[in-house]
Amino acid sequence: MFFLDHIWLIPLLPALGAAMMFFFGRKMQKSAVNAVCVGVVVIAFLWASGAVLQYNRWQAAAEHYHQPFQQILYTWLGSDTGHLTYLTHSGTPAAFQADAGFLLDPLSSIWLLFVTGVGMLIHIYSTGYMAHEGGYYRFFGYLNLFMFSMLVLILGNNYAVLFVGWEGVGLCSYLLIGFYFARKSASDAANKAFIVNRIGDAGFLLGMFTLAWYFGSLRFVDVNHLARSGQFQIGDPILTAAALLLFVGACGKSAQLPLYVWLPDAMEGPTPVSALIHAATMVTAGVYMVARSNAIFLLAPTAMKTVAIVGALTAIFAASIGLVQNDIKRVLAYSTVSQLGYMFLALGVGAFAAGVFHVFTHAFFKALLFLGSGSVIHAMSGEQDMRNFGNLHRKIPITHWTMFVATLAIAGIFPLAGFFSKDEILWQAWSSEGGAYRFLWLIGVITAFMTAFYMFRLMFLTFHGKPRMSHEVEHHIHESPGSMTMPLVVLAVCSFCAGWLGVPHSLGGSNRFEKFLEPVFAKEAPLFHAEEPGQFAAGKKEEARTSPTEYTLMALSLGLAVGGWGLAWKVYRGADKGYVEPLAAEVPPVYTAMLNKYYVDEGYDYLFTGRRKLGRVRLGAMGLGEASSWFDSRVIDGTVNGAGWMTRAFSTITIWWDRWIIDGLLVNGPAIMARMLSYPVKLLQWGLVQWYALIMVFGLLGFMAAEMGLLIWFGWIVGGVVAAIMLYFIVRLIARRAEANRGRKVAAARATGD
Amino acid sequence: MTPITPIHYLILAAVLFALGTIGVLTRRNVVIVLMSIELILNAVNLNLVAFSRMWGINGQVFAIFVITDAAAEAAVGLGILIAFFRNRETVNMDEVDLLKW
Repeated sequence: MFFLDHIWLIPLLPALGAAMMFFFGRKMQKSAVNAVCVGVVVIAFLWASGAVLQYNRWQAAAEHYHQPFQQILYTWLGSDTGHLTYLTHSGTPAAFQADAGFLLDPLSSIWLLFVTGVGMLIHIYSTGYMAHEGGYYRFFGYLNLFMFSMLVLILGNNYAVLFVGWEGVGLCSYLLIGFYFARKSASDAANKAFIVNRIGDAGFLLGMFTLAWYFGSLRFVDVNHLARSGQFQIGDPILTAAALLLFVGACGKSAQLPLYVWLPDAMEGPTPVSALIHAATMVTAGVYMVARSNAIFLLAPTAMKTVAIVGALTAIFAASIGLVQNDIKRVLAYSTVSQLGYMFLALGVGAFAAGVFHVFTHAFFKALLFLGSGSVIHAMSGEQDMRNFGNLHRKIPITHWTMFVATLAIAGIFPLAGFFSKDEILWQAWSSEGGAYRFLWLIGVITAFMTAFYMFRLMFLTFHGKPRMSHEVEHHIHESPGSMTMPLVVLAVCSFCAGWLGVPHSLGGSNRFEKFLEPVFAKEAPLFHAEEPGQFAAGKKEEARTSPTEYTLMALSLGLAVGGWGLAWKVYRGADKGYVEPLAAEVPPVYTAMLNKYYVDEGYDYLFTGRRKLGRVRLGAMGLGEASSWFDSRVIDGTVNGAGWMTRAFSTITIWWDRWIIDGLLVNGPAIMARMLSYPVKLLQWGLVQWYALIMVFGLLGFMAAEMGLLIWFGWIVGGVVAAIMLYFIVRLIARRAEANRGRKVAAARATGD
Repeated sequence: MTPITPIHYLILAAVLFALGTIGVLTRRNVVIVLMSIELILNAVNLNLVAFSRMWGINGQVFAIFVITDAAAEAAVGLGILIAFFRNRETVNMDEVDLLKW
């Protein structure tokens, strides 16, 4: 149980690698970067294999038969004390808590194995592909960070941890699409991917909150247990809303209509990134999340129908665009979108195991196709346009043969991987719900034909026909180094054999893949369905599979695949310089529309981003910006300025009032009055102490005279004295004036030099 | 020979007092004015001592108080005068009119 008990180490290993690149990568040799970054992923893969093997043994034991293995490290969000609660929908308090915990069950086992496995091969491939590129350590740091996020996403034991990984892979996707950030198209594509993903993530978050509010827990185990407990009605509106919101998140991450637009542009990133993130692993996160939430989706038939319809439409829509694209990576990108549509179709019709099976096989052959295209681009000195390829099969034989295997696999040729998984999906679409989904089956079958056609078109244009490249490029063509061809070969073997894990009963297999996943999708199902015996009977379904219809359908899809192959052979086998697309010759408008991706990006620019004006009106985000700007400058600023003007006018009045009434009348007025009244009194204070003393003496003499009855006499004397004094002062004043004038005249005379 | 009665003392003190008062009122030099104030105070002292000869020791105690007060007043007065002189370079009372409004 060693590996299983230390399952936390699996995500931690690539995180360590990323951290080392972040701190020391700049100074490390390329060989050291290889040793660290590839090394941690190899260890993670071995560790993951060990953990899955031990889990298989563990879950077979009777005491935890078919139980998921859960390991909770600590409480990450909220509190485990039980004091921090919120009210759920039913009115009971639930703990606000999210664990930092890991969950391993068959579903995450599958993802764990192919994510680490394919991831390891792509890391090895990248050492060859990126050998001559700048930012080597940065690239591997991002790749390791991506591995960490993806592993957190698939190993998390609750929606919150899943969301952390979900955002982490989104970030790494952004960083890696914009790896050549000096190129504007790359940084634009990175922004586009990030922003479109945010729309989906908003839906996912709301769905997650709805679940938390409805179930009171975010743990998968609790949510699934409650959803399967039979307490909830099928078609419960809140659960339908939650499922639809989660599906919005899945649409963003897994590039479904209408949020698929970022994925083709994501091809601006280096090719190993396209293989790892935008084909094999990250874009299947949406499938993983919906499969993980299968208990909720099963309670919401409307959401299921939406998933199925969106999946089928995406499949045929993207495949039809892929028919005419000329950029080799864009063909593969649209192929990825289309195959993801298949997976959602499977989920939508309730065939979760079939959808997961297709994810599993698709991871191998699509990674192989991308890596092969990378090898072709490598050989062609960076050229990606298939119109300039041709007749490469002799010059790069390993790339050719491995890609050929992958093409057979994706086209659904027996007995390669794609045949089993795709056929399973088509059969489920045909048979489930008593045939209500047969229209979607028809779409799926047409898509299968298109898939075969565009894939063989790619093969013929690239590896056969006449060489159409310039002589200089032709001279440089060489097979890729061993570090790149080895992963191709390994993936080719996997693409060949992966399907055999899920050989259906009708072909003599036992569909071990579906059995392995049964605990996830059918857990507690007997209990649940015991009340409604008519609706479910696994055994009956298995029996129905062996009906002749299934063989007919298999033959039909195989025939269509071969037909697509033949048609491509007929049209493109001898493609020379200036070859004409048959569709362009026959119906040019259709061809132009497909080549321009049905003008969806342009439409989004008109409606949602607002980069293009619709008539004279601008809609969307930029339109909202313009409207906000107008509102801001006219209404908000007008209000602000109006308030300012009002304040100023009011303050003008206040200033006048303050200056004339408060200061003038009430403050200065009394002061002026006091000054006027005090004027006569102040005349008495002339400052000479002896005069004061004299007056005192006269006052004393006056008292004495009054005491002696001589006041009248005294009055005369005093009056005389006062008159004399005043006379004296007047004379003195005049004398002083005269003296001062004289002095001034003398000074003036001196100044003039007289 | 007429005996010396209190009235003689009082007349002497009144003369001294009048001289002091006239000095205070008429002299321009502040030093002289301060000396005249001493005359007034000593006239009062003479009265106090004269009365104390007839009615007990209290007058003499007050005279001591007045002498002390006179000394203190002279010290303060001369201090102010020196400070004033440093500012205005004069000791003329007519030019000391800073106390007017």
